[in-house]
Order: sequence, then C-alpha cells, then structure tokens
Amino acid sequence: MQYMLMIYHEEAGWDRMTPAQQAEGMAAYQAYSEALAAAGALVGTGRLQPVATATTVRIEGEETRVLDGPYADTKEQFGGYYIVEAADLDAALDWAARCPGARHGGVEVRPLWAMG
Amino acid sequence: MTERPAPGPTEAAAAAAEAAARGGYGKLVAFLAARSGDLAGAEDALADAFAAALAAWPRTGVPDSPEAWLLTAARRRLIDAARARARRSEAATRLRPLLEGLEAAGDGAALPDRRLALMLACAHPALDPALHAPLMLQAVLGLDAAMIGGVFLVSPAAMSKRLTRAKAKIREARVPFAEPEAEALPERLSPVLDAVYAAYAQGWSDPQGADPARRELAGEALFLARLVAGLAPASAEAQGLLALILHTLARRAARRDAQGRYAPLDAQDPACWDGAMIAEAETILRRAAGLRALGRYQLEAALQSAHADRRRFGRDTRAETVALYDALLAMTGSPVVAANRAMAVAELRGAQEGLALLEAAAQDPRLAAYQPAWAARAELLSRLGRRAEAAEACRRAAGLAADPAVRAFLMERLAALEAGG
Repeated sequence: MQYMLMIYHEEAGWDRMTPAQQAEGMAAYQAYSEALAAAGALVGTGRLQPVATATTVRIEGEETRVLDGPYADTKEQFGGYYIVEAADLDAALDWAARCPGARHGGVEVRPLWAMG
Repeated sequence: MTERPAPGPTEAAAAAAEAAARGGYGKLVAFLAARSGDLAGAEDALADAFAAALAAWPRTGVPDSPEAWLLTAARRRLIDAARARARRSEAATRLRPLLEGLEAAGDGAALPDRRLALMLACAHPALDPALHAPLMLQAVLGLDAAMIGGVFLVSPAAMSKRLTRAKAKIREARVPFAEPEAEALPERLSPVLDAVYAAYAQGWSDPQGADPARRELAGEALFLARLVAGLAPASAEAQGLLALILHTLARRAARRDAQGRYAPLDAQDPACWDGAMIAEAETILRRAAGLRALGRYQLEAALQSAHADRRRFGRDTRAETVALYDALLAMTGSPVVAANRAMAVAELRGAQEGLALLEAAAQDPRLAAYQPAWAARAELLSRLGRRAEAAEACRRAAGLAADPAVRAFLMERLAALEAGG
C-alpha cells in the first residue's frame, strides 16, 4: 500500500533560519530519505520551490485561465512530499512522525489509489 | 406454570438467529473485519447472512453451530463483493490479499476473538474522537445509526453519513486491526477506554431512565467495559474503568427518591444501592491496584469507592478523598476536577478554604456553564452565611440544569435560601 506524506510548513520560517540551521535541516531530510530507502519504503520524493514560483491553471468553458500564485493561500505551504510503501496506516503514520517536516510544520498522510 | 405451544420453525429460527446475534455479533464482525480490513463490508455481509438465516433455518432447521453457519454465509458474501469490486476497478492487486485473507479462514473453525483489535480500530487516532464511541457501539454491539444518533444528539441521517465516511477511511487508508505489543498497549488502549466511558456518560445523562435508548446504553457501555477488561487483563486502567462504571451504576436506582425527586449522593439511602455490583467493583479495583499502573479511571473508581464506604460504613474518608483529587488533578489538569477537589477540601478543612479554591478554579472559562460548580458555590456560600450570594449562585445553577429533577431540586434550595432557611 502506498501513502503520500505531504509536508506543509511556513516558508518564511526557512528564510529566517541561519545558514547553519538550514544546513542542519537539509541534513535531517537527507538522513530521513536514506532511512526510508534503506527500509525499502521509499517510492518517491520531491521538494517544491516556494509558492512565489507557483502558477495555477483552470479551464472554464472554452477559456484557459492562468493565475499567478498557488491553488490556495494558506498560513503554511505545501513544500514537499514523500511517497512511501507501508503495510498499513500505522506504519505510514510512524514514517510521518519521523519526517523532519512533522516538527517544523505538519505532515498530511493520504493513501494513494492503487493503479492496476 | 402454563403450557406453551412448542415454537414453530420460524420462531425457533428467529430465536436462534437472535441469540447468535446477541452473543456473537461483535465477534463475527471483528473476525471478518480483521481478515478483510473492511468494517463496512463485514457488517453488510453479516446483515445479509442474518437475513439468509431467517429465510433458510425455518426450512432446514437451526444448524448445530449458528455462529459457524453465519460466518460461512457472511464470508461468501464478502468474497463475492470483493471479487465484484476487483472486476470493476483496476485495483485488483490491492484486493488480492483481502480475498486471500478471507479464503484462508476455515469454515466453522473455532472463532478467535478479535474484538479488541476491532475496538482499537474504531478508536484509532486517525479517526475523529467524537466517532470512536458511535463506531464501537455499531461495530461491536450492532446498534443502529438512528439509536446512536439519538443519544449523541445528532440526526440519524448525519450520524449514518459520518459512520459511513469513517468506515470508508478504515478500509481505504488501511487502518490496522491489530493488537499492539504489551508495552504499547496502555497508550493504544487509552482512546478505547475514553470511548467506552463516553458511551457510558451518554447513557448516564438520563438518570430517570425515561429514554429507553439511553438506559440501554449505560448497560451496553458496561458490556463493553467488561469486554475490554477481560480482553486486556494486564491493563490496570481497563480494570479501573470497569470498577468506576460498576460503582456508579450500583447507585443508579437511588438517584431518585420514591417520588421521583433528585437525590444527591448524601441524601441517598445506601440500602437501595446494588451491593453485589459494589462488591464486584471493589474486587476489580484491588486487582487493578495490583498491576501497579495508576491512571485516571482507577483514581475515579477509588473516589467512588470512598463515597460508598463513607455512606455505607460511616468511615471518615475526607482526607483520602482530597488526596485522590490531588492525584487526579495532577494527572488531568481538568477544571471540573479542580472544582470537585475544592468541595472535598471544604469538607476536610472548612467552607472558607473550599470556597477560595472553588473561586480560583472558576477562573477557567470552561466552568462558566458547568452547573455543578455553581451548585457547589451556592452550598459553600450558604454554609458561610452569605445567603444573598448563595441564592444568586443557586439561581445560576438552576438555570444551567438540563435535568428537570435536578432543576427542581435547585429551585427548592433557592426558595429556602430566599426565605432565609
């Protein structure tokens, strides 16, 4: 069973960190990714650039509307994800609790539809 | 004794199905849901199996093991439903382990009791805590959404929708049906105990027993508390919760006098209490203490035990009561506990000191609409001779009372205070 761990955090918080703190944060994610991979649980991961780079597209009728900005303005922003393989929700929640994002934001856990 | 005609095949079948439903419903649901990971599917399959039993048994006779018959029928339905789903969706791979799990379960084999795993799934932290008790009442006891909605003050349709959504999450997000390792048990069991207590409290909130659904609910909660205490004998808090429920249920009938008027604990006749229930509660509480893992429910049960001792044997339990409230307050930080502790202190060290503590506790906004705290304040003020303020607090308490008998009791107190009594 695959679950996506979606990391939400306050982007501005990252900018307020000292370079040393940022390096520490990167190292924590690096170690987490390696632990997932070593356990055979890592399916995929990605880190998103800030919401300032986001563009949202909708097609309404015949018209394609392209809007500057993220889908929703929120206090904390979607900043990255992991897709993990886990036996059940408890196993996925254990991985979420180990994710550095759970400390400086929130990690939403959602099962993926299984594809054929 | 009057002769009764032998029951016809239909009545016999109905009676057998009913007996299997009462005794084994939760066990059957637990077994099927734990195998398939699909609580809603297990309930639906079992409902179909019961319907099939009522149709078949009058013709074929009641089988030797109704439970095994129902299990086989429900399993087949669950497998058929899963196969149909597998054909419809492209997600056949996902359903394969589910089918294998069900097919591996032998027909009619002695049914292992997976109800603890079922209760843990119903009270999983990934599910809305407000739904833990309703889910458990439905899955383990087979109560319907209309009855559950009624006692939790939610419309049957809304309750039904919430339960359906929660069960879909259990299936799709794969909430596990598993019993944790011994060291993780206390933490995982805690929401289960809270849900059982919530069900009990809803049942308790109708002291007159005028609402049959609520009266029944207190009994169902006792059943659940017994079940958890039996399935998790190493959990001190599971034993504590059972002792607490037994202690308070033992006094249920005495909460009203012969005229149906509200009788507070100190006005009740201990002879009307259920002595067997109290004795059982005491035995269980001692067993819990032997497990050396103190918790909230054991402390609350110990408080009830002290109340019972004081009223039944005239033992002075005032110092012990304050000490128990101290421990409970340290553990929960609850403003309600703080208010109760203030009353216990008033008994031990006088109304002045109790009132000061009660006023400090009342700083918490959560107590502003808490009727017993206002009634307590009225009582302490009246003991101190501050009659006008006492009447004011008593009026507030009466205005907040939801139970008509309690309101009538407080109005009587108010009249006495205003008359200078």
